[in-house]
Amino acid sequence: MTEVTMTVNGKSVTADVEPDTLLADFIRQNLSLTGTHVGCDTSQCGACCVLVDGDSMKSCTMLAVQADGAEITTIEGLATNGTFHPMQQAFHDNHALQCGFCTPGMLISAIDLATKNPDISESEIRHGLEGNLCRCTGYHNIVKAVKAGADAMRG
Amino acid sequence: MSFAYHKAASVNDAASQAGGDAALLAGGMTLLPAIKLGLSDPRRLVDLADLGELRGITRDGDTLTIGSMTRHADVAASAEVQGAIPALAKLAGGIGDAQVRHRGTIGGSIANNDPAADYPAACLGLGATIVTTSREIAADDFFTGLFETALEEGEIITSVRFPVPEKAAYEKFVQPASRFALVGVFAAQGPAGTRVAVTGAGLSGVYRASDMEAALESDFSADAIDGITVPEDNMAADIHAAADYRAHLVKVIAGRAIAAAAG
Ligand SMILES: Cc1cc2nc3c(=O)[nH]c(=O)nc-3n(C[C@H](O)[C@H](O)[C@H](O)COP(=O)(O)OP(=O)(O)OC[C@H]3O[C@@H](n4cnc5c(N)ncnc54)[C@H](O)[C@@H]3O)c2cc1C
Ligand code: FES
Ligand code: FES
Repeated sequence: MTEVTMTVNGKSVTADVEPDTLLADFIRQNLSLTGTHVGCDTSQCGACCVLVDGDSMKSCTMLAVQADGAEITTIEGLATNGTFHPMQQAFHDNHALQCGFCTPGMLISAIDLATKNPDISESEIRHGLEGNLCRCTGYHNIVKAVKAGADAMRG
Repeated sequence: MSFAYHKAASVNDAASQAGGDAALLAGGMTLLPAIKLGLSDPRRLVDLADLGELRGITRDGDTLTIGSMTRHADVAASAEVQGAIPALAKLAGGIGDAQVRHRGTIGGSIANNDPAADYPAACLGLGATIVTTSREIAADDFFTGLFETALEEGEIITSVRFPVPEKAAYEKFVQPASRFALVGVFAAQGPAGTRVAVTGAGLSGVYRASDMEAALESDFSADAIDGITVPEDNMAADIHAAADYRAHLVKVIAGRAIAAAAG
């Protein structure tokens, strides 16, 4: 066992983990934050994306020990006091989800993109979301939502 | 999958722990999927993540040096790289997806030498030097076969030195599911000569197209390779593309890379 300490959605957590524990499993099982989904478990689909020190990363392809000392944001950390994050609201308004399985990862990637590139273009959104697969929507409304969310984040 | 984990405190510490049943861990974007699939089964992981001296980008005259732990996203966004070798920044920005670029490193990519990886084409196409804990290796001598390199057991890549070229461009025909190169060509002219490096296509991995290089020597233009035929016997064939298709693509993509480099 190895001790890890990280900040998850603003709260410090410390736990003993086996070195082979994936960050996705640590978040879902140790912290009971099951909004982070595991779709493929092979680094392809992006359902497991979380923000690690401000960058979107696939938590199925990271060890919990590699996140020692990091600041993590999961889907559960986006809303404040029951009010959606502007990107969540934009997904809602633009009907950017159907089954919702990909949505937590999509939102995390979208917020990363819009934070670093506030005036993001449609083609930049499509390139930026290449690591997030959606089996339902055909992406069109997701792209619209990310643009609207980015505009809302700029205020 | 079951292993012990050690976060190296220094390059010397990493070197003393490396080798045998241990694997070096950089971004983990290749190693961890390989472990999960049972393709790799190390007993110990030696994590290079804390070694700041392996990270960073510096330009000194006509040489651009990139630390082995520098992530693809940092190379893509670097003003230094965009100024010195824009083709290299573009290449890094086209690797995998945003999440892969946030963790994957140049050292991990070239140590792995996937036959469809992008960086090996840049190293060979620019005549880079791979600097390790024990020596300096010319890119021409580094990539020795499929997933094979000149690295000895326990040898750690510390940085890659690129001579700044006069002209360079990278074009890749993307395999849409993985975004690896179905065929990628890096064409350049500079201190290391006229070079055309091909990834994704060759049966034994990345290679230099010497006939194209000879044709470009006197006339660096896409027209110069018109008369060249790419033989299909050295081409890889798989579910994504047959050998004759890859051979055809090599010439098409090389033409585009040369035209882009010629400006
Ligand atoms: C979905 C997906 C898409 C991808 N698409 C592309 C693509 O389009 N193009 C492309 O080129 N790559 C692609 N990759 C691979 C990606 O670029 C990897 O990041 C890279 O190949 C390995 O880098 P890493 O830092 O993650 O290394 P790791 O996975 O940590 O290590 C890889 C290997 O290199 C060794 N190693 C690592 N660092 C060193 C060092 N400093 N010295 C010596 N040995 C070392 C390790 O021991 C291991 O054997 C993709 C990967 C994924 C998961
Ligand atoms: S579950 Fe991590 S990328 Fe699919
Ligand atoms: S909404 Fe179903 S996978 Fe995207």
